Amino acid sequence: MLELTGITAGYDRRAPVVRGAHLALRPGESLGLLGPSGCGKSTLARVAALLHRPDRGTVTLDGRAVTGYRHRAPRDLRTSVGVVFQQPRLAADPRLRLRDLVAEPLRATGRRTEADAAVAELTERVGLGRDLLTRRAHEVSDGQLQRACLARALILRPRWLVCDEMTAMLDASTTAALVRVVEEYRADTGAGLLAVGHDPVLLARWCDRTTHWDEIVDGTVKD
Amino acid sequence: MTRHHPADAAGVRPAGPAPAGDPGPAGSGTGPGAPVLAVDGLSVRFRMRAGRHVEAVTGASFRLAPGECLALVGESGCGKSVLASALLGLLPGNAETAGSARLADGLDLLAADERTLARTVRGRRVGLVPQSPAAHLTPVRTIRAHLEETVRELVRPAVPAPRGRLRGDALRAAAEAAAERAAFPAGHLDRYPHELSGGLAQRAATALALVGDAPLLLADEPTTGLDRELVHRTVDELRAHTRDVGRALLMITHDLAAAERIADTVAVMYAGRIVELAPAAAFFGAPGPRHPYAAGLLDALPERAFTPIPGAPPELGALPPGCAFAARCARADDACRAERPALTEGVACHHA
Repeated sequence: MLELTGITAGYDRRAPVVRGAHLALRPGESLGLLGPSGCGKSTLARVAALLHRPDRGTVTLDGRAVTGYRHRAPRDLRTSVGVVFQQPRLAADPRLRLRDLVAEPLRATGRRTEADAAVAELTERVGLGRDLLTRRAHEVSDGQLQRACLARALILRPRWLVCDEMTAMLDASTTAALVRVVEEYRADTGAGLLAVGHDPVLLARWCDRTTHWDEIVDGTVKD
Repeated sequence: MTRHHPADAAGVRPAGPAPAGDPGPAGSGTGPGAPVLAVDGLSVRFRMRAGRHVEAVTGASFRLAPGECLALVGESGCGKSVLASALLGLLPGNAETAGSARLADGLDLLAADERTLARTVRGRRVGLVPQSPAAHLTPVRTIRAHLEETVRELVRPAVPAPRGRLRGDALRAAAEAAAERAAFPAGHLDRYPHELSGGLAQRAATALALVGDAPLLLADEPTTGLDRELVHRTVDELRAHTRDVGRALLMITHDLAAAERIADTVAVMYAGRIVELAPAAAFFGAPGPRHPYAAGLLDALPERAFTPIPGAPPELGALPPGCAFAARCARADDACRAERPALTEGVACHHA
């Protein structure tokens, strides 16, 4: 289970962006979270990915309460969640070649020796040509870079995936291709998915169920 | 600097300000029936190291009538934005252009020099609605400051004024009127760009694009990253500012839903070429798209089959000799791989 209970989070304690959010995902389940721009859904996605410490509330991952976030999260919890962000340009180190970008999680967890085989297998799966792997972020298109970012999110074989507006910058064909990659990975591994977005048609097509932002936050507070 | 590569100098107009009343010698036609923009055989290529070239746009031709909205759609990296940059003379130094892009008064945007473009084209005859308005606006200045500067530069006062510019109360009033035209709330005029929501920033940018009363609006991915409701509102507003008042709109987008909502004509671009040019109603409705790539793009929508087009687009620096889409196309045969189909009757495909 991935459970978020009573999450209040934001960037200023006096004015939290998210107030009292509740969310629960069963293993292997995919949930689409819909909400307008600026409602706080990306912040909640960051909390679910253990990348942002909430002011209040608890996150429980597979029965373990999360005690630390970002670098303070225990490694086995941190690596059990893969994240893909909206803007691949901002999520990719411009100095890295795509091959190193995809392999970075392995390097960071001391499993560098597995990199060659894993990168070859995953980049093929996400449809990234071999000649692109030696390029840096500025030499590829948004769609190609997002494919690399998805490969990076999958390389540690996470039990949970958080996709925050993964396809907002992409054209229809690339969107369909990346969603297919995620679904094939989930069929293989039984991973759960939290997909955050603003396109009800896309999320309804992609996920087992969708929920709206208003349904998961405590009713009264909304701006 | 933009230069012509083939011997195409015959169509090049001498540089210099060309007032709207002065028809060009090229005789592309002026008057009410003339297209706002006539693009013929527009090509852009970039010189790279070791004598290589990247063919970003090849032989694009289309017309835009007053009040018409043309949506240029295609995958990222297919050359859409390069085409927009070419029309505004904003290409980087290693770009070479060919063909022509004439405004109604005959001015060729590709041949015009920087001085002409800066003083008579950008903002005045071609308005730009940018991709991410919050980044397009100057972060240290308020929306009012943006509008007043633009109005001061672009709007000539009705009564003679020093240096021919609006000042003081008249300037303030004109800036507020410009904001109102794009439905930007007056109460937010003194805010800075980062204090605005995405929708309001979009309206501010639209207001700026409309100040010069340009007959052509160019919108480069105006809806990327906006949520669905905001997309609808943004494109509806763009339509209100164009079709209803006789302006032409060239919208560059990968968002097919936005294109379907407002376009009269759809141009599908693949690997730098326009592969299909069709009325929007026929393209999105019956009989549907005719080019296999366009059909694949539509089928990838979650409203439809949600199946991606297999493979990836070719590198623009290493295009195959035949149809650029052949490697991904189920209907491709030897003819497709050997010979590049020309755009005839609105579609560039051997099988259409």
